Amino acid sequence: MLLIDCPWCGARPENEFRYGGEAHIARPQDAASLDDAAWTAFLYMRNNPKGRHAERWRHIHGCGRFFNCLRDTVSDRIEATYKPGEPAPQ
Amino acid sequence: MRFSIFSLLRHAIGGTPWPEQWRSPEPKAAYDVVIIGAGGHGLATAYYLAREHGIRRVAVLERGWLGGGNTGRNTTVIRSNYLRDESAAIYEHALKLWETLAQELNYNVMYSPRGVMMLAHSVHEAQVFKRHVHANRLNGVDNEWLTPSEAKAFCPPLNISPDLRYPILGAALQRRGGVARHDAVAWGYARGANALGVDIIQNCEVTGISRMPSGPVNAVETTRGRIAARKVAVVAAGHTSVVLAMAGVRMPLESYPLQALVSEPVKPVLPCVVMSNSIHAYISQSDKGELVIGAATDAYVSYSQAGGLHVAEHTLEAICELFPTFRRLRMLRNWGGIVDVTPDRSPIIGLTPVPGLYVNCGWGTGGFKATPGSGHVFAATIARGEPHPIVAPFALERFRTGALIDEAAAAAVAH
Repeated sequence: MLLIDCPWCGARPENEFRYGGEAHIARPQDAASLDDAAWTAFLYMRNNPKGRHAERWRHIHGCGRFFNCLRDTVSDRIEATYKPGEPAPQ
Repeated sequence: MRFSIFSLLRHAIGGTPWPEQWRSPEPKAAYDVVIIGAGGHGLATAYYLAREHGIRRVAVLERGWLGGGNTGRNTTVIRSNYLRDESAAIYEHALKLWETLAQELNYNVMYSPRGVMMLAHSVHEAQVFKRHVHANRLNGVDNEWLTPSEAKAFCPPLNISPDLRYPILGAALQRRGGVARHDAVAWGYARGANALGVDIIQNCEVTGISRMPSGPVNAVETTRGRIAARKVAVVAAGHTSVVLAMAGVRMPLESYPLQALVSEPVKPVLPCVVMSNSIHAYISQSDKGELVIGAATDAYVSYSQAGGLHVAEHTLEAICELFPTFRRLRMLRNWGGIVDVTPDRSPIIGLTPVPGLYVNCGWGTGGFKATPGSGHVFAATIARGEPHPIVAPFALERFRTGALIDEAAAAAVAH
């Protein structure tokens, strides 16, 4: 079980959270102007990297808020968590 | 050599060692087809390419050892009672091949059609399963509805008490479903492919996919050198995204650890496979006597091949409720395999945007049961350069056209 550092509540066990998928996928502003390939990429294509992954989590059994997280997908080690709207730490 | 009662006796009496079942050749400079991944699906693909399409200049490259990924890590359940017509076609194709696979390969894959029973715990689930039963019958796939007492008669250790937290309201039973020996499937296909001239090259990791300036693939770069290939087929399960990124192809896949565990061996107690999607219990008994238990995936993308203990614990809680007699059993081992999950929980099989590059992936949590059928139709697709009719609906293109094959509700593991 992961120990996840909620930016608002501090470190809590994984089962207080809900995973929210890959982070930083912005919904296109003008969806009607997209071609099918761009819409497919937005809806379905994912980086799925073996290594550093930026992902969303939601503290459903806590403050209820979304935040982002950098985690290594091989070791599952969490590098950083940060609030929505903030850029991913380098 | 062929296995038979006579060869068995000769070796038992003579004490002569069994010969190796496949060669370990050095990679050649070039092949007609290079398959990346020597799991069940990749080896089956190589076997059918050689056997049915006469393409024998084939190499199967494996980063680790043959059958050491999800082929050796799954819970070996075989069934074909999927909801959609497209799914029923491919899984039923596989099930028919399972029935004669041991004879076909002259290798005992221990296919045991002992019945797969899926439990319903709510009125809604009972209605969904009945719909499955009818849809399956229309597709010529056997599936039947059992009342709780009929389910108990088929599987005596099952607890059908109405006092359960999630009482059993009925079950869907596919009698032709069952289990097979996972390692033997990989070994049987490896032996068969090897006998037809296929090179199986283990400890050979692909590090790059090389393309001609005009676009088509022409080689793979590996830790054992460059290997030229006219066609490259990626059958890399959880690592498909990583391998296809080498060719610049993005995939609608996410990789999750899926766990399984086995108990200490006991005498035969469980006559069939029992699955419960809603409370996460998947259990059968191996011929060695171990209870083989499938747990859920972790919540997050990972390549760790482990998985959280709380996920396995959740499954064991459900098993102990359904089978109170199993409460005192100790668990021997648990492990994880990395499964590649698609948005619609159906596989992706066929061509890619890169000419000469083929992919067979996205089997998610339920690929083992499809092994023979998947290899058979994928080989035809590679040989002809166009999708076999059964795989056509499973093309990568469906995520652009929107013709998804939604099996999320029908898949074995609730995602």
